[in-house]
Amino acid sequence: MSLLIDFGLTLLLTIRDVIPIVALIFFFQLVVFRASIPRLPHVLVGLVFVILGLSMFLIGLERALFPVGEAMARQLSDPDFITHLSGKEDLLEWTDYGWIYLFAATIGFATTIAEPSLVAVAIKAQEVSAGTIDRQGLRIVVAVGVAFGIGLGTFRIVSGTPLYLYILVGYIIVIIQTIYAPRQVIALAYDSGGVTTSTVTVPIVAALGIGLAKSVPGRDPAIDGFGLIAFASLFPIISVLAYAQYTDYRSRKKIPRPQQS
Amino acid sequence: MPRAPAVPARNIKSVVAGFNNTFFRATATGRILLIVVVRLRDAVVDLLPIVLVIGFFQAVVIREPLPQVGDVLIGSLFVVVGLSLFVQGLETALFPIGENLAEALARKGSLAWLMIFSFALGFATTVAEPSLIAVAAESAEIAAGSGLIDTSEESQKGYAMGLRLFVAVSVGLAIVIGVFRILKGYPIHYLIIGGYCLVMVMTMFAPKQIIGIAYDAGGVTTSTVTVPLVTALGVGLATVIRGRNPLVDGFGLIAMASLLPMVFVMLYGLLVFS
Repeated sequence: MSLLIDFGLTLLLTIRDVIPIVALIFFFQLVVFRASIPRLPHVLVGLVFVILGLSMFLIGLERALFPVGEAMARQLSDPDFITHLSGKEDLLEWTDYGWIYLFAATIGFATTIAEPSLVAVAIKAQEVSAGTIDRQGLRIVVAVGVAFGIGLGTFRIVSGTPLYLYILVGYIIVIIQTIYAPRQVIALAYDSGGVTTSTVTVPIVAALGIGLAKSVPGRDPAIDGFGLIAFASLFPIISVLAYAQYTDYRSRKKIPRPQQS
Repeated sequence: MPRAPAVPARNIKSVVAGFNNTFFRATATGRILLIVVVRLRDAVVDLLPIVLVIGFFQAVVIREPLPQVGDVLIGSLFVVVGLSLFVQGLETALFPIGENLAEALARKGSLAWLMIFSFALGFATTVAEPSLIAVAAESAEIAAGSGLIDTSEESQKGYAMGLRLFVAVSVGLAIVIGVFRILKGYPIHYLIIGGYCLVMVMTMFAPKQIIGIAYDAGGVTTSTVTVPLVTALGVGLATVIRGRNPLVDGFGLIAMASLLPMVFVMLYGLLVFS
């Protein structure tokens, strides 16, 4: 019964989110362009799919994955639990948080694979590149970037090193890569950074960051708890560019060079 | 260009391999069934990593039975069905809508309407975004806690609302700039690298309490409904406009929409706190 009420509420919230977008589009189609919407019944059914699907997706996440994911993030970052695992009395060092880094990286990878916005961008990329970019491959490369980013981000919280240093170095890497990477993937790589942090990833990752900042002595959750999401959007850019550079390098090596006389 | 709902071609082979093809290929019901099976299977595969990670850590590291197994199972079923429906709706509604609009805007040939639409799309999808509302409220609490603004509820609400409007305007501007770039065919990296440099410079001057939130704000502005629409719009424009390549020029709107909010949130911090 509570499931039904939850579902109804989420459905209403999703509809409220979608209404401004639908209103804007209908206004432009009917008033500005004075054109009817092609295949209207088809599009309407599709919109119902989107709203229904998104609501079910969110309800399922809230019922099943978020409570478990957040509870695990709390449990793993609990100081008692960490001292128990490391067998030390006190004075934990950054090496004692190994399970946290692993959890952060693997959960970052896993939630990115399930991120619906990334599915959308990957489908478009495969379509537009006439199949040269494989949609599953792109998602895996992006997820690896997120995994590395969140792993590193938890290390930053534990070690207490300043956030902006990591971001600055990350940006500099992106700028250098942009100079050498094949031109076709640059925009796509930048976009991959923006879509990784959406419905699935943000709640679990935020819980992990704030939980960790609370449990590590000397950290302020208000200042150190944030920033993990920034890591999750920066490192996929690096991984996508790096993968493109790698395939570009390999394909260039395969083509035999013309003999010099 | 409106298309019939396409059965994802690469997946059919593997699913159909074991069946007798005639039923699935020849009849309408068969085709629909096939789409349903493929979508559900894809969704299960997408969800599998999360299940494995949670299972592994629960069993090996935490070593406790999973609480409320029943709830988790029902929830996972919802996630799978929901994701399948969403992806189907993506291809029958959101992508075609975005493409149609791009084509109609390009055909109308009015720069003003294109810019108005771009700004409205960015602003409208961001201002009511639930994760932005949450981040803005949290930021107000932090600011009040550090004594940067008044601790009264009113001043916190005003601060949060101002932040939301600032971010929504920045996303609207980002889409406008991004669409203008597609029209002119400027390389995206000048804009992005310039933007990053701006972020770095502002990081040095912005109050410490706003920096983490500013960096995160870039991530929370792009919602699940906005991304497919904006992507289809960009790619659609780059397809219709002569001389533009959909892969090189069509992407990049999302990147702009995640970059500009960072700049604007830090600017907000500078304006409000000083």
